Amino acid sequence: MSAVPGQPTLIESAIPAERLARRRTRVVRERLIELALFFAALVSVFTTVGIVYILVKESVVFFREVPLVKFLTDTQWTPLFDDAHFGIIVLLSGTLTSSFVALAIAIPLGTIIAIYLSEFAPFRLREIAKPFLELLGGVPTIVYGYFALLFVTPLLQRIYPELPGFNLLSAGIVMGIMIIPYVSSISEDAMRAVPMSLREGSYAMGATRFQTAVKVVVPAAFSGIASAYILGISRAVGETMILAVAAGMQPNLTFNPLEPAATITAFIVQVALGDLPHGSIGYQTIFAAGLTLLLFTLACNVAGHLLRKRFREAY
Amino acid sequence: MKKDIQKRKRWDAIFALCGMVALMIGVLTFTALFVDMALDGFGRLSWEFFTNYPSRRPGQAGILSAWVGSTLVMLTTAFFAVPLGVAAGVYLEEYASKNWVTDIIEINITNLAGVPSIVYGLLGLGLFVYQFGLGQSILAAGLTLALLILPVVIVATREAIRSIPQVIREGSYALGATQWQTVRYHILPYSSAGILTGIIIGMARAIGETAPIITIGALTFIAFLPPSPVQSEPPFLSFDWLMSPFTVMPIQMFNWTSRPEAAFHANAAAAGFVLVAMTLAMNGLAIWLRYRLRRNLKW
Repeated sequence: MSAVPGQPTLIESAIPAERLARRRTRVVRERLIELALFFAALVSVFTTVGIVYILVKESVVFFREVPLVKFLTDTQWTPLFDDAHFGIIVLLSGTLTSSFVALAIAIPLGTIIAIYLSEFAPFRLREIAKPFLELLGGVPTIVYGYFALLFVTPLLQRIYPELPGFNLLSAGIVMGIMIIPYVSSISEDAMRAVPMSLREGSYAMGATRFQTAVKVVVPAAFSGIASAYILGISRAVGETMILAVAAGMQPNLTFNPLEPAATITAFIVQVALGDLPHGSIGYQTIFAAGLTLLLFTLACNVAGHLLRKRFREAY
Repeated sequence: MKKDIQKRKRWDAIFALCGMVALMIGVLTFTALFVDMALDGFGRLSWEFFTNYPSRRPGQAGILSAWVGSTLVMLTTAFFAVPLGVAAGVYLEEYASKNWVTDIIEINITNLAGVPSIVYGLLGLGLFVYQFGLGQSILAAGLTLALLILPVVIVATREAIRSIPQVIREGSYALGATQWQTVRYHILPYSSAGILTGIIIGMARAIGETAPIITIGALTFIAFLPPSPVQSEPPFLSFDWLMSPFTVMPIQMFNWTSRPEAAFHANAAAAGFVLVAMTLAMNGLAIWLRYRLRRNLKW
């Protein structure tokens, strides 16, 4: 029953020939549509290839000027000065410190909220709270940046007056609040996927809800909870605007959240805001910084994938 | 024994309380954020705020160039992201055979969703701005954001299509429909609400994105509008605006937030208020759509 497109067929009577021609165009059209859809799906692959190509291309030029060892070990970051130093550790320290503060808030709170919503909360509350948390995740990060700089920092300065106007602490706290919905939403989904029979078994043994949640449900859902944490980490590491607004943009090798410091992302924004000529070393620096960031988040994604595989419990 | 049980029950109650408190912290912070911003910015919200260009004098500054820029960038983003995302989702659900090419595409989409948005900005800067020579234009920004929200649209499309039962397809094929006819007249109409939800969420994300647009080099101070898309003489439509320099709402807000003068902070709060209202409305619409969908859909 299959017509071969483009091949003449020997049929005398007019109607079948017409039909065959119609079928032929239909087959051709179907193939063309499938091809078009396939190319649309390939665009995502091209995006990845494009990202890697652009970052590597500019970074190669950068690393011809700056040896990789210098990039990894130098303790100063002054790419735009005459006496230029390119120590990525300086920016990495800001990124790690602010991410640490954010995760110290988002992971405990997010997990508690997830356990509460999945195991304790009445149905109605959960139905209201979940969409609300999703809304929170949709607020633009620049708004959180405003909040960190002009609400949280003054608040913290009242408690601790020596706190500088730009600091990693308030940026980290607000970043943590921003990440809570991601952590709690995915963890809760994972816990809800744990079959009821496991809980019933635990209750039948006389366990309380808290014991069931901590000793049965959380271990069973651990792979999902772990991927929620990983997502939170890569969110924190890649977050830009909160840090650019509230943490200041001076490079500062520090692990003290009370100080101002630039992160990898804030540095990229700072350079982009200036007027650097295309092709200069300063321009290439942001691609090298971007590559570092991409490798870091990629490592997080791979770790998440392995964790999921390692702790996957199938029911 | 009895004491032990009581202790456990107490812990149970304590945790329930902790959960409530944690949830309240989330809710209250959000309320504080919104109320604080509304209080700071409400005095600045007026008709003039929407029709004035940014200015050195905070009292006269407005967001005209910002909201026009945002609208045009969103139009461009939707123009590219919606057809591409829906087509890719349809391909992966309805056409793709299980082979290594499909596997690569799927893994790739999952990974792209985890790439920080600023990296997309670097892609836009290197590829669209310089390689393709588009400059710091609305087109370059629209393309960058389109790539950024593509995974969101694709995943939503796939989920919507996956929830359509197999019998619908079989029924269509049994009547002699081709695969494309099945997709065009059955799959797409039945999944349209789910796809729309994904598109709205993606657009809400794009409208608030600041970092990638700053990275491709959008200007922070723009006191003119892009050329109008509609013209008085034929051919009436003009696409000059695609290549125009621009600014967007979040960048305008960033600019005002980073100024030291408190008067500009009020402007930032007002711009933030508009921005949050817009994203909340979009996300709320999406959540409501999904809720209605779940209730009405009984195959």
